[in-house]
Amino acid sequence: MTRVVVDVMLKPEILDPEGRAIQAALARLGLEGVADVRQGKRFEITLDGPVEAERAAAVDRLAAELLANPVIEDYTLRLENEQ
Amino acid sequence: MNASVGVITFPGSLDDLDSRRALDAAGLSAQPVWHASDSLDGVDAVLVPGGFSYGDYLRCGAIARFAPIMSEVIAAAGQGMPVLGICNGFQILCESHLLPGALTRNESLHYVCRDQWLRVDNSRTAWTNSYDESQEILIPIKHGEGRYVADDATLDQLETDGRVVVRYIGGNPNGSFRDIAGICNESGNVVGLMPHPEHAIDPLTGAPGTDGRGFFESVLNSLVGSGGLR
Repeated sequence: MTRVVVDVMLKPEILDPEGRAIQAALARLGLEGVADVRQGKRFEITLDGPVEAERAAAVDRLAAELLANPVIEDYTLRLENEQ
Repeated sequence: MNASVGVITFPGSLDDLDSRRALDAAGLSAQPVWHASDSLDGVDAVLVPGGFSYGDYLRCGAIARFAPIMSEVIAAAGQGMPVLGICNGFQILCESHLLPGALTRNESLHYVCRDQWLRVDNSRTAWTNSYDESQEILIPIKHGEGRYVADDATLDQLETDGRVVVRYIGGNPNGSFRDIAGICNESGNVVGLMPHPEHAIDPLTGAPGTDGRGFFESVLNSLVGSGGLR
């Protein structure tokens, strides 16, 4: 089994009002010096067997097509091998 | 000769019935179209209605974009068929890349539900030709993710080409860039907007009156006038 982890974040120039609300809540709860909070999504895709180049490319393509909207979001992708 | 408009129903669509009613009231023939269908069954135009397709999972419109019917809608739009996306429909058209940009969480984080003044900045599209240029209209809005965003180059291009179709006036409800409430594609056959003209067609439902009728009368004009009927 191989796990593919895709992290999706709003692009830095896109306002993240949810992150801003969380930032305010952290401050209310006593955390000092919170300069910024950005909220994102994490996808864990577990695939049978090893991930050869072709399937890795397919996951990358689908991350850009479905998991992230490249107009407003960036994504990173990494493989985590499992037993 | 009766111009027909297909109204797509996804799991989670809400305003498909109101949209069909508004089209029928304008003298068109509204045809229900199921999202899993792979045929538009010969309709002359398409309306992608509001609601919460697929529960807004992932991103609003992100999953609806891959419904079988959307391949047909994208192909037909490319051939000039009038396509209107309202609210969630606008989000779906952006996710489908029929329209540029994206709709993100309202700046205030609040779901907004109110009557909103708009200015028609482009009355030459398939869906706005019955309005006067710069006409001010009152249309309800109801959305949590209606903040239109795009990069500066795209926004400048939209402005230069006159592709901002409707703009919020008297206050921006969601933080949309340049007060944009709705836009169109290069040829003006595809229009998307967050406000709901289908909820403003009947005096019976009181304010905000009937300012929304123009969208449906416009598409009738463009279908009958252009000989766009099949």
